[in-house]
Amino acid sequence: LLRSSQPLTGRNRRRCREDEKILGTILDEGERGFIIDTRSAQAAKQARMSGGGTEPKSSYPQWRRIHRALERGRPLQESFIRLVEACSDPSLTMDRWLARLDSSRWLSHVKAALSTACLAAQCLDREDSKVLVHGAEGTDTTLLVTALAQLILDPSSRSLQGFQGLLEREWIQAGHPFQLRCAHSASSHARGKQEAPIFLLFLDCVWQLSRQFPFSLEFGEELLLTLFDNAYASAYGTFLCNSEKERRLCKVKESTHSLWVWLNQPEEKHKYLNPLYSHNPLVIWPSVEPQSIQLWQGLFLRWIRPSQHLDEAWQEIQRLVEGN
Amino acid sequence: NVRLLDRLSSRRAVVGTLYLTATHVIFVENGSETRKETWVLHSQISSIEKQATTATGCPLLIRCKNFQVIQLVIPQERDCHDVYISLIRLARPVKYEELYCFSFNPKLDKKEREQGWKLVDLNEEYNRMGVPNNYWQISDVNRDYGVCDSYPTEVYVPKSATAHIIVGSSKFRSRRRFPALSYYCKSNNASICRSSQPLSGFSARCLEDEQMLQAIRKANPGSDFIYVVDTRPKLNAMANRAAGKGYENEDNYSNIKFQFIGIENIHVMRNSLQKMLEVCELKSPSMSDFLWGLENSGWLKHIKAIMDAGIFIAKAVAEEGVSVLVHCSDGWDRTAQVCSVASLLLDPYYRTMKGFMVLIEKDWVSFGHKFNHRYGNLDGDPKEISPVIDQFIECVWQLMEQFPCAFEFNERFLIHIQHHIYSCQFGNFLCNSQKERRELKIKERTYSLWAHLWKNRADYLNPLYRPDHSQSQGTLHPQIAPCNFLYKFWSGMYNRFEKGLHPRQSVTDYLMAVKEETQQLEEELEVLQERLANLQKSQSGNNKVKSKQQDQSKQFGLYTSNNSLANTPQEYSNDLKSFPSRSPSQGDEDSALILTQDNLKSSDPDLSANSDQESGVEDLSCRSPSGGGCLPSEDSGKDSDEAVFLAG
Repeated sequence: LLRSSQPLTGRNRRRCREDEKILGTILDEGERGFIIDTRSAQAAKQARMSGGGTEPKSSYPQWRRIHRALERGRPLQESFIRLVEACSDPSLTMDRWLARLDSSRWLSHVKAALSTACLAAQCLDREDSKVLVHGAEGTDTTLLVTALAQLILDPSSRSLQGFQGLLEREWIQAGHPFQLRCAHSASSHARGKQEAPIFLLFLDCVWQLSRQFPFSLEFGEELLLTLFDNAYASAYGTFLCNSEKERRLCKVKESTHSLWVWLNQPEEKHKYLNPLYSHNPLVIWPSVEPQSIQLWQGLFLRWIRPSQHLDEAWQEIQRLVEGN
Repeated sequence: NVRLLDRLSSRRAVVGTLYLTATHVIFVENGSETRKETWVLHSQISSIEKQATTATGCPLLIRCKNFQVIQLVIPQERDCHDVYISLIRLARPVKYEELYCFSFNPKLDKKEREQGWKLVDLNEEYNRMGVPNNYWQISDVNRDYGVCDSYPTEVYVPKSATAHIIVGSSKFRSRRRFPALSYYCKSNNASICRSSQPLSGFSARCLEDEQMLQAIRKANPGSDFIYVVDTRPKLNAMANRAAGKGYENEDNYSNIKFQFIGIENIHVMRNSLQKMLEVCELKSPSMSDFLWGLENSGWLKHIKAIMDAGIFIAKAVAEEGVSVLVHCSDGWDRTAQVCSVASLLLDPYYRTMKGFMVLIEKDWVSFGHKFNHRYGNLDGDPKEISPVIDQFIECVWQLMEQFPCAFEFNERFLIHIQHHIYSCQFGNFLCNSQKERRELKIKERTYSLWAHLWKNRADYLNPLYRPDHSQSQGTLHPQIAPCNFLYKFWSGMYNRFEKGLHPRQSVTDYLMAVKEETQQLEEELEVLQERLANLQKSQSGNNKVKSKQQDQSKQFGLYTSNNSLANTPQEYSNDLKSFPSRSPSQGDEDSALILTQDNLKSSDPDLSANSDQESGVEDLSCRSPSGGGCLPSEDSGKDSDEAVFLAG
């Protein structure tokens, strides 16, 4: 599984021998690979006007390109805001609630993200093919797909340690611009230009996986909520800045504490573990039918619905498992 | 050479043989290894659709009342037509004797059958509630069904309600369904009574009916008024006045507070379910298709309306200490729903397995809910069909989701009850009234579902339930507003047979197994400790103790490794065998069943599930070029089709 950003084909259909060579050497003689472009075919084509584009078939003959348009940027932010507003509106009737849930399109984005990740995973697992994922910048939807695909395919990323490693690799070191995406307004109306809840969308998709495979992730909802909180406002330096370069310039490692260190302390760790966890060596294929994708109540209704009875249920589960 | 199609992928068709028996439709797969069988009871068949013949054959779509949908393709059009005609006749019995319950034989003797029927005793239940007492008495005025033929022979009425008052009131009520006790709250004397609508028209009055309501009020000295709750929308109730019926006028009935709670009628509900099922049948719907379809059906809105009514009544009884009289039009649909939801909220006994059976017997069976008409035991007027009890059962599920520790039973219990309401395999839900059931001698000729469920109760337990848990005490208080988001689509019921949609491993089953194992271990520990104490007195036998301990640990070690096998999603069909305790409700899909009368006794609904136990099969071919959603899953066959990608 590879990731990159878009090729700078541009209006003049530029070619780059080195780029072609890299993608050429990755594949064996006669082998086919897949490029999953997280933009629609049209958007990808449009990108040429501003210097970007797609890999032309003639220059990359062994690669098949598939487009799976995933929402990002401003529209994704709008989607998030609409959902949050729908959740906190007490005056809605049931009809209006469903209508607003639908028009926020948040769950559609979850479905699309999971589907695309499954597609990538399928290419790797079923087709034994290599996959290159990219969108425009390679810092948002690209990472969403590659991180989810790994969770689906690789049991080691489903352990608590492994998941932290996945986040470090596929989000933090890969250069997701946390500061631009998350540092300001979250779901309020003061909308920064670069704000977008892509990382939250990722966490939502992980939650969907945990719901569909309750035994297969070593961590629980509590961890996902903590990550959400810390991405937006944190006492730790883990999610600061927009890239490794910036973190080095700001001397983040020298002047802040790591969230992972804190989480992994024995006194803290147990809060984040899933009592039902049992190592599952197989690939986990989620269902992306609409009925299988649910609203992440623990996040979106966190301050609205009482969680007491559900917390009690989790305590019971813990008690039963630990009692054994 | 009949093909059984997978709903989501017409590619995954299996070829087999179709059999029609007196009671079932059976499809047996041709595959040499599995010979998997799909059994469908005729009683379950809701509709049969013969579709246009294609090159591959003549398609036949069977829709079931338990939401199973079976798509067959029969090669010859003539054969298909024959099957179609036969099924139409088989699925529409005209006599009760045609129903499965009269031929079903679980190999119990007469005494056991009788015991089965005695499991739920309503007299015991009323005594448990605390009646008869100073305020409430049994009345046998209806002993020969002479007053109301849809009521039971014994009803509980207020002490001051004489036979004269009861009879007079019954003449002023639709279908003669006079106010009678549904639930009595010992701690504050408040009660829930039920009836049908008064025949008040625009101005008619009835002294006895007014006295009846006064009697109800007097039976609760703690309050000087009662609520009268009409569960219909105000417009409907008002329209009824033109037909000489209507609702209670606060001016005529002293000390009542009247309240409309608008729950729609059976026709609206029938259509609502229909629309929701259409959404479920969409091929590869988008999230929008689904949500819009769900909203358009109005189904969750109706569920919420029933729940809100139950909450209102429970609040009146528990918090205000005020008695409530509930009615709708005829007092056998919405009234039953709302009274039983309220009772469930109020009294933790009804949240136990036994209590729930009692609740259904009381508010649905004994009070004359028209099971035959509503659920089509016999061929009848399609306009009478409506998912009334289904809605109540869903309300219970919604509550279970909000209060996971509060119910002694689990989702499977609800699903199996729903299944058997339609299956006519047991006699509990036949006919339209107690009178009809007695005339048919149901108890002598059929078996009770409750005994069957009770025998298998280990499958139906909720591992999170503890009688001493806070959630299983007292009244449940669901959040009122905002609360729309608390209502979820029940895919476990409406997509029951599409295993690919559901979490692959049952947390419930796992936790039950854990609970059982812990219990076994604790018992073993006790025994061993005792033994050790005894042996410490004598010198010999130490070795015996050690080897016994080793055996135990080996045994339990095996158990835990079985659990990890069970957690492997893609081996779902295998893990059913590795659960050491039991899994009868999942059936024996893998065993080659011989089609004899013996098999007909295996009544478990999931046995007839045509579900593909292998979950999570990825199927590239169903992906549309525009990137429509697909059901990814795991399959041994490789369905790659690069043409799809090229088109994308």
